[in-house]
Amino acid sequence: MSRIRQSAKLTGAAGAGVVAALALAACSPSGAGTADNAPAPEAGADVTWACGSEPVTLEAYLETDFPLAEILFEEFTNQHPNVTFNVRTDEFSVLTQNAPRVLVDSPPDIMRLPMVSEFAADGLLFNFDEAADYFGWNDWPGMSQLRVDSEGRRGEGSIFAMGLNMQMTGVFYNRALAEQIGMTEAPATLAELDEVMQRAKDAGITPITQWNGGAEAGTVFPLQGLMASYGSAADINAWIFQQPGATIDTPEFREALAHLNRWIEAGFFAEDINALGYGDSLGRFNDEQALFTFNGNWEAGNFDADRPGEVGFFAVPPVEEGGAIGAMAAPLTFGTSARAENAGCAAYFFNWLATDEVARTINIETGGSMPMGPADAFMPELDETTTTAATLSAAAEVAEHDGAMDFVANATGAIFARGWTPPMQRLVEGGISVDDVLAEVQAVYLDEIGG
Amino acid sequence: MQTRTAKPLAEATVGVGGGTVPGVTPGPSGQPATAATFAARDRVLRARRVRRGWIALALVVPAAAFYGTFVLWPMVQTFQLSFWHWNGVGEATWAGFDNFVTVFTSSTIVGSLLNALVLIVYFSFLPVLLGLVAAAVIRKMATSRLALVARTVMFLPQIIPLVAAGLMWQWMLSRDGMVNEFLRLIGLGRLAQPWLGQSSTALGGVGVVGAWVALGLCMLLLLAGMTKIDPALYEAARLDGAGAIREFFSITLPSLKGELAVCFTVTIIAALSAFDIVWATTRGGPAFSTMVPGVEIFHLGFFSRRVGEAAALGVVFMILVLAIVLPIQRLLRERD
Repeated sequence: MSRIRQSAKLTGAAGAGVVAALALAACSPSGAGTADNAPAPEAGADVTWACGSEPVTLEAYLETDFPLAEILFEEFTNQHPNVTFNVRTDEFSVLTQNAPRVLVDSPPDIMRLPMVSEFAADGLLFNFDEAADYFGWNDWPGMSQLRVDSEGRRGEGSIFAMGLNMQMTGVFYNRALAEQIGMTEAPATLAELDEVMQRAKDAGITPITQWNGGAEAGTVFPLQGLMASYGSAADINAWIFQQPGATIDTPEFREALAHLNRWIEAGFFAEDINALGYGDSLGRFNDEQALFTFNGNWEAGNFDADRPGEVGFFAVPPVEEGGAIGAMAAPLTFGTSARAENAGCAAYFFNWLATDEVARTINIETGGSMPMGPADAFMPELDETTTTAATLSAAAEVAEHDGAMDFVANATGAIFARGWTPPMQRLVEGGISVDDVLAEVQAVYLDEIGG
Repeated sequence: MQTRTAKPLAEATVGVGGGTVPGVTPGPSGQPATAATFAARDRVLRARRVRRGWIALALVVPAAAFYGTFVLWPMVQTFQLSFWHWNGVGEATWAGFDNFVTVFTSSTIVGSLLNALVLIVYFSFLPVLLGLVAAAVIRKMATSRLALVARTVMFLPQIIPLVAAGLMWQWMLSRDGMVNEFLRLIGLGRLAQPWLGQSSTALGGVGVVGAWVALGLCMLLLLAGMTKIDPALYEAARLDGAGAIREFFSITLPSLKGELAVCFTVTIIAALSAFDIVWATTRGGPAFSTMVPGVEIFHLGFFSRRVGEAAALGVVFMILVLAIVLPIQRLLRERD
């Protein structure tokens, strides 16, 4: 009897506990959508697009191991002694996870943005439309990638970010190994590229070193180049910018993936690429263990400094000579918090980066990258044998073909780690068909964008 | 100091008894006590109890505040968040049980929970088994220098940060790492492979790292337990004609129940909540083959910005840990 009463009591207590817990759960969680997180009032009305003459400290939040930004800050302070920078750095993955809270809680004037559309949609970023009108940014190449519309789609709408420079990917090659197998100039077609790789393989040289381990499938770099050759860069951008009805699973892109799969099956990649991180792969390329690596122009400055004259660069070639080519060519996105104190000075700094001759020279010679700015802006004289000169000439070639596209990893916050990486790793293992890879990526994409 | 604390305790014992006896009983001085004197004494004692209660409370408050702020409150918030769709910044919308449905239907999330169960074999069963053998062998060596060296060498992994251990093993298990070089050296080169770069071997590779780390702790705990066993028991067993194996199963193992409970509990929790080792070696790849709940929660919360789903997985995961660890505790302790 007493046991029954005890169990009834326990059931009653448990029931009351569950009801209380659910009642608590039903309360809006703290920090979610409270006044504290509400978008900042529309900024820009009283902003002057200059740094004035009073002392200003710009709060900067950057990724670690990116000295170029700090060299540029130093030069800016040289030219504008009233402006100093308070720099805070974090690993890129840490910066990515902290970004939304930092933009709200300790709003930076200048911040490396791991993504733009989601932050803009959440009202966390400063709107640069007025600055763009004032400085004339609207006519600069590459600006469409920095626009976000009211639906959170990129490509059109207001400007919510600026580029520190333009980054572009392509194929770096080891000049000595290329000479050894008789490659005297950059392949003009994909068939020629295939043939060069086969020759390297036959000579006992690993044709491509690429990272594909962990949560970062670097095989997406060659894939995207092939996709631009087989399909169109505009279709890839539409997908990245989340345009209605956009899909990555098209016959052209499947052909591109099938081409990449032929490289995998032919043993053109090292057998352990699924265990390699970015640093491991770059290390092997620097140790002359491979002929090619698909990477971005941000490494050009390092190659020029550490291995002058040893590394060449070309864009992924077209299917047929003179055909379409493309490359991931996107601004290295920086932005300003909607709550930042010195947004006007930050906008002036972004404009200075793209227009000041010294700043442009630093960006090209130290960063190995093309600065933002007008198409006919100042360019420093470069030694033709440098890797940087090769990347700039490839960038011009891609621009001629209108082949600039954003990186497919930028479509949504998790598309790289959860959409692209797992099926690309399985493709390397032979555990998934070419057709299923893109179908799987598209499914994750639709889930992410709620489509 | 001692007399000051001892006195109130003694009084408290008398006071509690005195205060609960109803009616007229002899008072402390032997005189018949009236209801008024009882009431007065009750008041004094109650005041004393209250004062002592406040002191106790004041002593507990700092720790309780920390525990409440950094353990209980986040748990409450996690539970609360699990019923909401929230991207970490914007407006949260009510999700009901949606997030929990996702946890049980997403193949990646369910896969991560299954991987955690597989890791128990590596992080827990293997180290306990090897720890038992190692402890028994070291105990036989008694106080020789070799025993000291063996103990130190085996415990060393415990003092290495898990991330460092993960990185070290990542190199050792790489294409040209020590493991493959060793295989090549002994003529088993065809078995050499990128252990952490293949779905088929990566989870095992991560498991080996966990086993290596946990072995030292288990060995030391079990060795300490063995030294507590009365040697007379072994002597008696030997007189009865028991061999070393019989001794181990009839005396050593039953005497180590408490230590085994601690070993299993600590290592199973380590297996289920693994993050550092996985993050440092494979980050959950290739193709989610080493994805575990800790990394999955991180992915959901910080890459996908699905805080509600991450919280729901956290809640389910906590219940899973309790469901596995509590029975083990009860099983191994109840007969003590």
